[in-house]
Amino acid sequence: MRPTIVNLKAKNRKIGVLRVIFLLLTVSLMTACSRTTGTGIILAGSTSVQPYAEILAEEYMILYPDAEIDIQGGGSAAGITAAQSGTADIGMSSRALKTEEKSLWFVEIARDGLAVIVNPDNPVQNLTLNQLRDIYATAITDWSPMGGSTAKIHVITREEGSGTRSAFTELVMGKTEINPKAIVQDSNGAVLQLVKDDPNAIGYISLGLVNENVRALHLEGVAATRENVLNGSYNLTRPFLFVASSQPTGIAKQFIDFTISPQGQTILSSEGLIPPTEGTTK
Amino acid sequence: MKKFKENLSERIFLLIALSALSVLALITVFIFIHGLPIITKVGIFNFVFGMKWAPSQGAYGIFPMIVGSVSVTLGAAILGVPVAICCSIFLTEFAPSMLRNIFRPAIQLLAGIPSVVFGFWGVLYIVPLIRNYLGGPGLSILAGSIILAIMILPTIISISEVSLLALPQQYREGAFALGLTHWQTIYYLLLPAAKSGIVAAIILGLGRAIGETMAVIMVLGNAVAIPQSILDPARTLTTNIGIEMGYATGEHQQALFATGIVLFIIIMILNASAQYITRKK
Repeated sequence: MRPTIVNLKAKNRKIGVLRVIFLLLTVSLMTACSRTTGTGIILAGSTSVQPYAEILAEEYMILYPDAEIDIQGGGSAAGITAAQSGTADIGMSSRALKTEEKSLWFVEIARDGLAVIVNPDNPVQNLTLNQLRDIYATAITDWSPMGGSTAKIHVITREEGSGTRSAFTELVMGKTEINPKAIVQDSNGAVLQLVKDDPNAIGYISLGLVNENVRALHLEGVAATRENVLNGSYNLTRPFLFVASSQPTGIAKQFIDFTISPQGQTILSSEGLIPPTEGTTK
Repeated sequence: MKKFKENLSERIFLLIALSALSVLALITVFIFIHGLPIITKVGIFNFVFGMKWAPSQGAYGIFPMIVGSVSVTLGAAILGVPVAICCSIFLTEFAPSMLRNIFRPAIQLLAGIPSVVFGFWGVLYIVPLIRNYLGGPGLSILAGSIILAIMILPTIISISEVSLLALPQQYREGAFALGLTHWQTIYYLLLPAAKSGIVAAIILGLGRAIGETMAVIMVLGNAVAIPQSILDPARTLTTNIGIEMGYATGEHQQALFATGIVLFIIIMILNASAQYITRKK
């Protein structure tokens, strides 16, 4: 019997330690929560903008160590709603505002190109916008009409609600629908991985994320490069917006100013984004 | 004093047990509060049997996903159940105790592997194999079934092993005395006697398969269309929630909760029938 009692005591002590840890965690969580409401601001929205906003916030907090910037995802739609309702100080959107959202204050912080990618082994170099639309509507199901091998096209798209998908729908599909038989992946990375492995796949991702494992197709004879986005010849682009319910003040204003300052813009373009077009602040 | 202590501990245990139960109740209520409005708005028939899922256009039909869930689970059953039952027969009837001591912990370990690891392994090895040798995009019902078949093995093996072990030793002795061979004993006596336990094991395994999310998102392709063959991509009820929850707001989010309701009901039915079968004997 003795050993069990000793064991029990040890267990009790363990539970005691756990309790203390739990208590400490709770207290620290509570203090953390109360702090963000004081001097901090909240950004919420597009998961395409989120990684860039996080980098900006890191740099910003080095300059102003007192400021606290909390960045959350949720998607463009959620970001715009959050900005409207005031749940977030700044909403992030990776699509242009719709007409009913135009009453909001917004600033374009950068532009991002959409690249249509295929496997490097795929001989197809160029697609017209019509061909691209037909592929996603599965009116074209084989690579041969575009000069590829006679193989079925494996169409990859993003999930409903994704900013990248809505930009692609708006820019390429128009009124046509993406065929529901298309494979759905829930991140740029997953699309990239699939296209890298599958010689017959086609997908679309953010231009800044294209790497040597995949090849970006030319559209209407124009290569998908930063230069062509800048000079306007490659027009599969979308704006990255910061949105707010009214003209921002305080830390929110300071953070936005930092983002559109030359310093902020240098950070963004070194991460693969493209400077905003002129005159897009409201 | 002693009586008081006894009573007190009893109360405390009751309280803790109730708190576990109340969590279940809270989750259930929460899912239904969020999911029911959209079902009543769309109409239960249109929701369950609707062929089109396009939340951005207000179309919420989950029938392709029900078909997806059922076909992947069925595939997993076809691949996994025979292996699992043979394994449990081997463990109870044939395996020498040394082998048994290796097998049991190994199978428990299989149950402990996180599902994302199964999914990752599936994307890197199973999916390319299917694409290169069988054709299609590789992300397919077949890939999902293979992964799920492996994932349900531990559940089915351990429960059916327990029900085989629970049979009285006299069954075997009597059968041998009557001159039956070992295999005849297993096939004509032990398996029928343990039938209810084994069937319950299979149903619980299927419940695990139908509820699995992460591994399935990674290998299934998630297309919202009714699959034509086992090499086509498909979407299950769980992956529909998993893949779209990040962006969903408003009605779209409600529709995902409503998907959860349908899933909840399916799993309730599966578990209830497993319980019914084990009790019936």
